Amino acid sequence: MRRVRQSAWLLLALVALGSLGARLWAPADYATQFREAPNSAPSYQHLLGTDELGRDRFSRVLYGTRISLLMAPAAALLSTLLATLVGGIAGYLGGWWERTAMAATDLFLSMPWLFLLLAVRAMLPLNVSPITSIAVTFLLLGLLGWAASARVLCAGARGLRDSDFVLQGRASGLRGFRLLAIHVMPNLKPVLLAQFWISIPVFIISEANLGILGLGVSEPLPSWGSLLRELESFTSFGFEAWKLVPLALLVLVVSSFQIILSVDEVHA
Amino acid sequence: MRRRSLSMLLFLCLSLSAAFGQSGAELRFYLHSDPKTFDPLLVADDASETIRYLTGGVLVRVNRRTQQAEPELATSWTISRDGRSITFDLREHIYYSDGTPFTAEDVAATIERLMDPALHLPTADSFRSGSGVVHTHVDSPVRITITFPAPVAGMDKLFDQVAIVSSRSANKERAVLGPFYVADYKPDSYVLLKRNPNYWRRDAAGRQLPYLDAVRLGIQANRDIEMMNFRRGEIDLINWLDSEYYDRLAAQSPALAHDAGPGLDSEQVWFNQVANAPIPAYKRAWFRSTTFRGAVSEAINRADLGRVVYRGHAQPAAGPVSPANKFWFNAKLHAPSYDPTGALRLLQQDGFRLEGASLRDREGHAVEFSIITNAGNKARERMATMIQQDLGKIGITVHVVTLDFASLIERITESYNYEGALLGTANTDLDPNAQMNLWLSSAENHQWNPRQKVPETAWEAEIDRLMKEQASSLELAKRKACFDRVQEIVVEQQPFIYLVNKNALSAVATWVDNASPVVLRPQTYWNIQTLNVRVQTASKH
Repeated sequence: MRRVRQSAWLLLALVALGSLGARLWAPADYATQFREAPNSAPSYQHLLGTDELGRDRFSRVLYGTRISLLMAPAAALLSTLLATLVGGIAGYLGGWWERTAMAATDLFLSMPWLFLLLAVRAMLPLNVSPITSIAVTFLLLGLLGWAASARVLCAGARGLRDSDFVLQGRASGLRGFRLLAIHVMPNLKPVLLAQFWISIPVFIISEANLGILGLGVSEPLPSWGSLLRELESFTSFGFEAWKLVPLALLVLVVSSFQIILSVDEVHA
Repeated sequence: MRRRSLSMLLFLCLSLSAAFGQSGAELRFYLHSDPKTFDPLLVADDASETIRYLTGGVLVRVNRRTQQAEPELATSWTISRDGRSITFDLREHIYYSDGTPFTAEDVAATIERLMDPALHLPTADSFRSGSGVVHTHVDSPVRITITFPAPVAGMDKLFDQVAIVSSRSANKERAVLGPFYVADYKPDSYVLLKRNPNYWRRDAAGRQLPYLDAVRLGIQANRDIEMMNFRRGEIDLINWLDSEYYDRLAAQSPALAHDAGPGLDSEQVWFNQVANAPIPAYKRAWFRSTTFRGAVSEAINRADLGRVVYRGHAQPAAGPVSPANKFWFNAKLHAPSYDPTGALRLLQQDGFRLEGASLRDREGHAVEFSIITNAGNKARERMATMIQQDLGKIGITVHVVTLDFASLIERITESYNYEGALLGTANTDLDPNAQMNLWLSSAENHQWNPRQKVPETAWEAEIDRLMKEQASSLELAKRKACFDRVQEIVVEQQPFIYLVNKNALSAVATWVDNASPVVLRPQTYWNIQTLNVRVQTASKH
């Protein structure tokens, strides 16, 4: 298991390194259209061929990976913070606070998030740069994706609230947020980390879903979602293995996050 | 003896082939949604229109190849001098599929129901040239005169859309005059059409048409599955293919892929010119400038759009009418040439200037706008991305925004909260009258600036005048001259920046005989009466 975990870390590190250094390795800009060579097969100039507009697929995969790998953790951080605020504090305070927060969480969980995302996105201003569109997409994911984590954190905080050491802390005169900061939050840290870690692949896949629908990151910026759109017509025609690279990368990265997390949990 | 044996064999073969067409031959293809109705007068969706085409008997049929009106249930017709009346002489001894006879009374009942203002039937819109009541006069069982309250230009061809419904049959939807009738329908699964035993048309050899015994229309929204099943031999044709599928199919099985040349549909970009739209005033000023629109038009590489996005299966558009519309296309018009330098020159005349890589207007605003298009339409998304790069070369920043269709339509038609849009026009009717709701400044579909109380520009007023003039004239030459001028004004003023005319691409299995795809809808089965399926056993392409 240790080797599997090490391999997962190594893969994530390689993918992160490769994508963060995209500017160094990418043979072309992700937006440059080689209009004389659209849909070309892999060659020396274009290692993974070109897409339907003649853009170098290898460069787009590198840049797209960077976007997904940078923005998904940011969205996960935001959603975990929100989940901590709603779930953690509600669990710690208990009573009416907890019931209200959990009712709100249930309501949020029952919403069809995809349609909610579409509706919110449709209301946004149109004149935003592609960079802003990425930020907005992942910000929305972060703002809408806290509910599941909030339930877990609420349960964790509730357990801590009734624990002996918190009781002792109270007996020692600690109150309110001081007690929360000294005794509750440090003990919630493993749960917080796990929720953060779980959320990253969730947001990667969520962005990919939006991207496949054409509603993710704006052109010409690539993301895994927009790269996966190429596979829409894959089933009916010949096997073009190089087009599967973004999919393979997505599966490997998401799996790596899960492997690392599951091993962490086992150790915990 | 040997000669006799050969003759016998030949006779046997001929007899078998003649019999085969009417002995279980079934054509199979997909509808992309369930038909909303089987009532031919209520048709408003593609699937129902397919059913109507295959089952409905019409007085006049527009030949999809020649684009001319041809006699169908009417043997001849005469349009009155004032253009308000049309008199049809009908075929005799024609029977509906349920055996009830066809007479002028059926035509009268159909027209009266069609034009009933309370029903708001979409098919009737083309006939509504003025307010008032439509009168029908049955001169005899085989002669009828229909009088409209105002002249209807190009009236005869409009009857191509009007399937004559039986006035006497108990089950009106089952009683048809077309080649097939609806035998079975399983929602979400299929519509089965069977051969109309009373169909009146015969081939040159005197054999009753259609050759096919049945048409099975599966319901399948997924184009990918449609293509997969076509390649497996599970369906016999695909009426409309996108260029990607076409190219791949043509590469593997060239005999199956058909490119009939530029179709009637066009793709275009336009800018929001609505006076009270929630966009900055300086941007509205750009969008209302003919020079600005002209410069944007010149800076777009249409040839690349056709070559890259449509893989060569689209032609740069010259104007609002495709060359596929043989009569109404203004042959003097040519697609603008790609000229970014000329575009910059034009912009400089209008006070714009390049500062570094950014174009700025005379007040110093960076020229930047968004183009919305519908998410999921890959061709439009790609075109928008290519336009983004083309305009980037003259310092214009374009933001491509894909929206779900409902949001897009809401912005274009209700809130006017958008700057530029890229969409297409699906033209099914050849006659310019069908485009009145697009060109009249008061029309709802006058998309760059709809519902104007009075025309806001002189050229829009001129288009209004010309469109009304052509609609009220009965002289074809005069109508053509008016509509030619409309096309010229549109090309001069560029309210729509026409990009490409897509080719009509389709796929037909090799075992379908007499298939001859054309550019007009329905491209592959327009001659359904004479189509035949030679081999019924499915084989993989």
